[in-house]
Amino acid sequence: MELLSYLINGVSLGSVYAIIALGYTMVYGIAKMLNFAHGDVIMVGSYIVFIAVNQAGLPPLAAILLSMVLCTVLGLAIERFAYKPLRGASSLAVLITAIGVSYLLQNLALLIWGSDPKNFTSVVDIPALDLHLAGGRIVISSETVVTIVSAAAIMVGLTLFVNHTKMGHAMLAVSEDKGAAQLMGVNVNSTIAMTFAIGSALAAVAGVLLCSAYPALQPTTGAMPGIKAFTAAVFGGIGSIPGAMLGGVLLGIIEILGKAYVSTQLADAIVFAVLIVVLLVRPTGLLGKPMNEKV
Amino acid sequence: MKKFLSAALAAVMAFGLVACGSTPASTPASEGTSTPASAAGTEGDATGVFKIGGIGPTTGGAATYGNAVKNGAQIAVDEINALGGIQFVLNFQDDENDVEKAMNAYNNLKDWGMQALLGTVTTQPCLTVAPEAAADNMFLLTPSASNVDVIAEDNAFQVCFTDPNQGIASADYIADNALATKIAIIYDSSDAYSSGIRDKFVEEAGVKGLEIVANEAFTGDSKTDFSVQVQKAKDAGAELVFLPIYYTEANLIIQEMDKQGFDAMIFGCDGLDGLLTIEGANLELFEGVMLLTPFVADADDEATQAFVAKYQEAYGEIPNQFAADAYDGIYIILAAIEQSGATADMDASALCDALKGAMTEITVDGLTGEGMQWQASGEVNKAPRAMKIVDGAYAAM
Repeated sequence: MELLSYLINGVSLGSVYAIIALGYTMVYGIAKMLNFAHGDVIMVGSYIVFIAVNQAGLPPLAAILLSMVLCTVLGLAIERFAYKPLRGASSLAVLITAIGVSYLLQNLALLIWGSDPKNFTSVVDIPALDLHLAGGRIVISSETVVTIVSAAAIMVGLTLFVNHTKMGHAMLAVSEDKGAAQLMGVNVNSTIAMTFAIGSALAAVAGVLLCSAYPALQPTTGAMPGIKAFTAAVFGGIGSIPGAMLGGVLLGIIEILGKAYVSTQLADAIVFAVLIVVLLVRPTGLLGKPMNEKV
Repeated sequence: MKKFLSAALAAVMAFGLVACGSTPASTPASEGTSTPASAAGTEGDATGVFKIGGIGPTTGGAATYGNAVKNGAQIAVDEINALGGIQFVLNFQDDENDVEKAMNAYNNLKDWGMQALLGTVTTQPCLTVAPEAAADNMFLLTPSASNVDVIAEDNAFQVCFTDPNQGIASADYIADNALATKIAIIYDSSDAYSSGIRDKFVEEAGVKGLEIVANEAFTGDSKTDFSVQVQKAKDAGAELVFLPIYYTEANLIIQEMDKQGFDAMIFGCDGLDGLLTIEGANLELFEGVMLLTPFVADADDEATQAFVAKYQEAYGEIPNQFAADAYDGIYIILAAIEQSGATADMDASALCDALKGAMTEITVDGLTGEGMQWQASGEVNKAPRAMKIVDGAYAAM
């Protein structure tokens, strides 16, 4: 019974990681860059929802839509002004720029909203599941249910989008070979911009779910989950959409079980040790496809 | 990698700031020589001006603490100067919570002619400045650096409790008032404040016959999900959860307890002071939370209310514990000067010798404790105050 409730907590935490990881993995797959600012877009999205609900009095659903729109604009702006000028530059330069954008967003948030933690009111307004199973009682919070369902829905939606739309095919083509895709008439710049737009809209959703489950909103809120989600994306095979989902959920479960049965202090060490072992055995991650280098 | 980068960026920023910081410091230094000359006259202690230096972060991430100390101390200095009698002048220097800046600030203040130091505010810089002050035989009274090593030398004294003392006081309070016998602890193992309190709490709990049924840690890198820690405490049948942590994480833990339907008492230290200020928080969940804290702004005694009113008028915000510590600090220096009969024409070393002796003889009633007394070790002796959150406000227990 205890194990079951730990597992549910693990899947819930893992689903949040998974949604964030989807954003990382899409951008990496297509633009071949690590967008370290992704975690901070999540934070901005959460602040927008917080302000829209608590100060402007919007209904939660409208606030989430507003946040998705504003995050999309933010994502496009970051891509246009920070990453696009570096399209031909070395990947190290882009990586450093991404870290710079991440700090810029965190410090802007610090200036605008201050460092005091805000208590995020959960946008999920349905009662918790209270299950009585074989002599035990398990309470599954509504946030957990909504998080898991949303993560699954987003993954399915993204997979369909990539495989069955023209834009999705363009993304696949760009991810495979930017130069060749351009020669075939694919607009690489707008495809990459589209990827950032989708990734940032997902970040807004991830922010709402993250803060509904763990309601302390601070300028650094997105930083650690961002790193963990990046780990999840690598774990599952970066560039792979189902891989991000699988990696996220597994990471969440390992973290919670590690805390529960080994040591609450060593949880992170265990998570990263598992990552190292997986990468030693499968360098491309769990579901990553090894790319054949064509000469 | 992000941490390394942040450290590097902070260093660059700090370097830029100190270049600006040195200019104003040189101005008071020029007038510094005039005071001892005038005080060397015949009037004696009543008219001399004592030069008190202050060091703390007034910019950067810990700026709240430094500004609170600066403002709190200034209010006390103004009050004392208004009375006539002994006069103080306060020169407060920024250290950005950085050890090198703190040393620079200390040297600037020495050039200015500082006779006693109120500071430093934060622990790490204080650990650097304290040995230097000991070598100079400069009287040092820290309002808020709570580490025990800060007062290792005999010239240094504290206004605040040491970390271990908070742990001992908490265990004593719980045992003496028979609040609970089965206790769960959730603490931050990556933080010296939190683990310092926990270690002593566990020790003292053993002496007092309290049973620690769960002793769960989290670290600075994983402080969002507390489902496991709370569930373990719940499964262990804890009647009281001891939280020697800061209020941000405490808020998450309290919400998780509510989510899991775990109804235990909550007890914490001064780190929990701030729960009621969290924007958007469901204050109902904090009902009945108990904490040991030396100062709360809405306590109803006259001295606190007068201080809070003055502070709000001058600085437009509610003072925190640090401001009160600093306010008391200035009055403690005053009491020690009066006790020893020291005069403002004494140099720093002679004044230090006089004050050191006087510190163990005085008793001060302040905002942060009644009947404060000091041992030669520099540790303060005062009764901790326990507060309970009732109807969204603090009430004395």
